Amino acid sequence: MVAEQVNMLLNGDFAVAWAWKHVEPDVVAAFPITPQTLIVEKFSEFVANGEVNTEFINVESEHSAISAVVGAAAAGARAATATAANGLQLMHEILSITSSLRLPVMLAIVNRAVSGPINIHCDYTDAMGQRDMGWIMIFTEDAQEAYDTTIQAFKIAENEEVLLPIMVCLDGFLVSHTAMNVKVFKDAKVVKEFVGEHRRVPKIKVMGKEVEFSLSPKNPIPLTFGPFAYYDYYFEFKRQQVEAMSKVPKIIERVNKEYGEISGRTYGNGRVVPWNIDDADIVVVVMGSSAGTMRYVAERYQKEKNVKIGVLRVRAFRPFPWEDLQKLLAGKELVAIFDRAQDQGALGGPLFLESLAALYYAKDKPRIVLNYVYGLGGRDLPPELIEKTFNELVRIRDGKEKPFIKKYLGVRE
Amino acid sequence: MSGAELRSWREVPIAGVPWLRSTEYHTGDWRSERPIIDHGKCVKCLLCYIYCPETAIKVFWDPNKTKVERVDVDYTYCKGCGICANECPVKAIEMVLEKR
Repeated sequence: MVAEQVNMLLNGDFAVAWAWKHVEPDVVAAFPITPQTLIVEKFSEFVANGEVNTEFINVESEHSAISAVVGAAAAGARAATATAANGLQLMHEILSITSSLRLPVMLAIVNRAVSGPINIHCDYTDAMGQRDMGWIMIFTEDAQEAYDTTIQAFKIAENEEVLLPIMVCLDGFLVSHTAMNVKVFKDAKVVKEFVGEHRRVPKIKVMGKEVEFSLSPKNPIPLTFGPFAYYDYYFEFKRQQVEAMSKVPKIIERVNKEYGEISGRTYGNGRVVPWNIDDADIVVVVMGSSAGTMRYVAERYQKEKNVKIGVLRVRAFRPFPWEDLQKLLAGKELVAIFDRAQDQGALGGPLFLESLAALYYAKDKPRIVLNYVYGLGGRDLPPELIEKTFNELVRIRDGKEKPFIKKYLGVRE
Repeated sequence: MSGAELRSWREVPIAGVPWLRSTEYHTGDWRSERPIIDHGKCVKCLLCYIYCPETAIKVFWDPNKTKVERVDVDYTYCKGCGICANECPVKAIEMVLEKR
């Protein structure tokens, strides 16, 4: 049953803060960095006003923020933090530790270009730099989705089959500082029922005894978190993480569906959000807020030029939804993949490389696959530029222009 | 992890939380130098026992537990750090290169 919701004028950062307010994690530790600052500011306001019963830890750096959250989660707490760009880079060391300790920590990332030159605007290079740290990564399109996904994130990460940390990414400024009407649950109880009042810490078997998977002093056998594992066991623990990650696609799908039942909103199958791709022979693949601009242009393009261009938005980047791409892009004439991240020294951007690898194993491969790198450091992707790009795609499809591997969109040549 | 059969990833608890007692980690495997006690020189002061980071010094008492009869090294756990040899006030412990 869809629960009662109210409209609030919220930007993406406030939407995350409101989601946290409704989930009410036990511990939040965070350090402010533009464009994530508003999340921390707003949430610390909730804490100061006594509106939430969360332990808010002020820390001196992002390395400390994620470390504090790891400690809290190891003690069995539901814990969250948020950062961006250089702050995320400072967390790097602890990110792989969080996932290897199997702690379902929630991290909101407000995507921002990494230095240098120093820049505060949107691109995904910060998150992409962490893509092999064993975290689940979900990219959202707008403030509403940031609110919804933040709530879903706790449920996905804390699932007993998963127990992996999760990043929820939103575009710096484009989403984080742009206000829209966001539907939020009127009663936080609905959210608490959805994610569970507290984190359910699983039981594991150690030396023939059942123990809580935490640092709980009540455990009959006290556990060590973060011990040694050399060449004789390290690989086995990595293999366990791979296994946990392999369970995530179906859990994302289930949580997306269950959330739809209480909110009335779903995002594709949770992993990818296809739009108008069924009998389109040209499909663009994109993440984040650019998907909205693409749909806007594609709709007009179809009306004016009678050419159908589908838009496939990738929502989960880790685990990468290769099976969805293989299925949805089968037999297409042309697939253009848009990367908002640096590609230095690589054949293309990260989304392109992942997609290309998936499509190589597709039963019915698309005829042409190409890559556009756009929007670095917050460079705008206006509708006119997308329309010009669509014209180019049509010419390539029709054989009037030669296909290429990679092009830079919006840079002054 | 010597002393125990290697297990598959399905058999070990998640996150590498230890599933064996510390006594099953045979730290003696790490040793490159072996402490040898000269029992003629040893005055049984037990400084080596106090300083040993691995509690690898074994103390043998007389039946009444009033007097130390002998100390020895437990080579299953001795890492060969040499602290005992360094601390010994009568220089009764010699560090000898392992020949394995």
